[in-house]
Amino acid sequence: MRMKYVLSEVLVGLWRNVTMTIAMIITMAVSLFMLGGSGLLYQKVGDMKDLYYENVEVSIFLQTDVNEQQRTDLDAKLKGDPLVKEVTYVDKAEAYNRFKQMYADAPDLVNAVKPDQLPESFRLKLKNPEQYKNIYDQYKDSEGVDEIVDQSKLLDKVFGVLTGIQNFALAIAIVMAIAALLLVANTIQVAAYSKRREVAVMKLVGASNWFIQAPFVLEAVVAGLFGSILGLVALIGVKLVAGGGSLAALEGLITPISWSEILLTFPLMAAVGGLVSAITAWVTLRFYLRV
Amino acid sequence: MIQLEQVTKTYPKASRPSLDNVSVSIEKGEFVFFIGPSGSGKSTIIKMLLHEVTPNKGRIIVNGKDVTSMRSWKRPAFRRSIGCVFQDFRLLPNRTAYENVAFALEVIGKTKAVARRVVPEVLELVGLGGKEHRYPHELSGGEQQRVAVARAFVNRPLILLADEPTGNLDPDTSIEIMRLLDRINRTGTTVVMVTHDSNIVNQMRRRVVEIESGRIVRDQARGVYG
Repeated sequence: MRMKYVLSEVLVGLWRNVTMTIAMIITMAVSLFMLGGSGLLYQKVGDMKDLYYENVEVSIFLQTDVNEQQRTDLDAKLKGDPLVKEVTYVDKAEAYNRFKQMYADAPDLVNAVKPDQLPESFRLKLKNPEQYKNIYDQYKDSEGVDEIVDQSKLLDKVFGVLTGIQNFALAIAIVMAIAALLLVANTIQVAAYSKRREVAVMKLVGASNWFIQAPFVLEAVVAGLFGSILGLVALIGVKLVAGGGSLAALEGLITPISWSEILLTFPLMAAVGGLVSAITAWVTLRFYLRV
Repeated sequence: MIQLEQVTKTYPKASRPSLDNVSVSIEKGEFVFFIGPSGSGKSTIIKMLLHEVTPNKGRIIVNGKDVTSMRSWKRPAFRRSIGCVFQDFRLLPNRTAYENVAFALEVIGKTKAVARRVVPEVLELVGLGGKEHRYPHELSGGEQQRVAVARAFVNRPLILLADEPTGNLDPDTSIEIMRLLDRINRTGTTVVMVTHDSNIVNQMRRRVVEIESGRIVRDQARGVYG
């Protein structure tokens, strides 16, 4: 009976103030959508970092007039270097093969270049890609070295952009969360005011505190959960649109987000939505009802 | 049943205490009037007995429990042993007489079945038999106060507090409410009533505690309004 009473109070409460309820749900949904999106992006950036940095190489290009002695010295030094995981030597022929592959679409360019013109190089995989600077300092003045190129520099820029987007989404999520929080607080105050007589009688006759507060807190939690469902729907919508075309180009760069990953963010969104609402409602009641 | 031991209460920002070193002892089954001019501190006593206000000094013992040191989470259970009636009735306007009384039962966890058995009985007791399904606005002031008394008494509390229950009623209706409170008192319920209605006090001839400026100036068995 009491559960039934509480639940019917919740529905009546949400309905009585339906415009406010909708506003609360929408703000909550936008906030949670942004939070979920930012969470997914964070996860993606992590995945991509693993994937790309795993394959990232530092290339030490040798001068064209490098001699045998210099090359063997460098090879031995690199193989003994504790920072280096793996060394591959790319000779002129191999460099030319790679060049041909890379510019297969531009046969004129390929024809214009002779294998002789391409520099030999050592391709290094580092144990920790971030220690590029040490390698650079150590080898830049070695004899026979022409240039040291770090691919991860390029990746850093890409990830910088992605992290920027993620932070932006997170910032919007937080701002919207604050708006949602204030709306919850306001809704609860209005609800508590419209039920002030009932609350006064309940306090007078000794209804337990949880029983007085539960309908209000649950009201906020239900709105929070609706918000998280709406946020999930928005994420699914983005995935559909992205798969459909306009963001397909981006999908080539970013490893695709799977359905299961989207669905797995739902518990996070629901928990955040529900908890934030519940705590806000509860705190508001402590001030407002003084139960 | 109720003991106030050297109770002092000063509200914040007040220049003088509302209650100043007040000691009263009320036995089980007594009927006590607290009288005195407005602002003398008599309503503060009711609030303290309900654990709505805590004293700055002294001790209050109600029904064997020290209210002064009671944690606020114990308040709900404590209030179930006390019925309370006010000058402004405090009924829910969108509920019938029956529903108003049943509400008080249901919110403390009693089932609808219990309400169906107990509520008609108590409404009959307060003389509202046949008017169960009227809304407060369809009842006279006296009848509304009867509903409030029914709600306060439906749990068979050990103590009934009444804060100027006749303040909004005409003299004849007031007498009827007093008869009702008297009947409830005879069931063994301790009744504490705050009033400044001299007619009633003079007619009832019960114990009178007079308060002035926060101090007890008279405590008289079978007293009159001075």
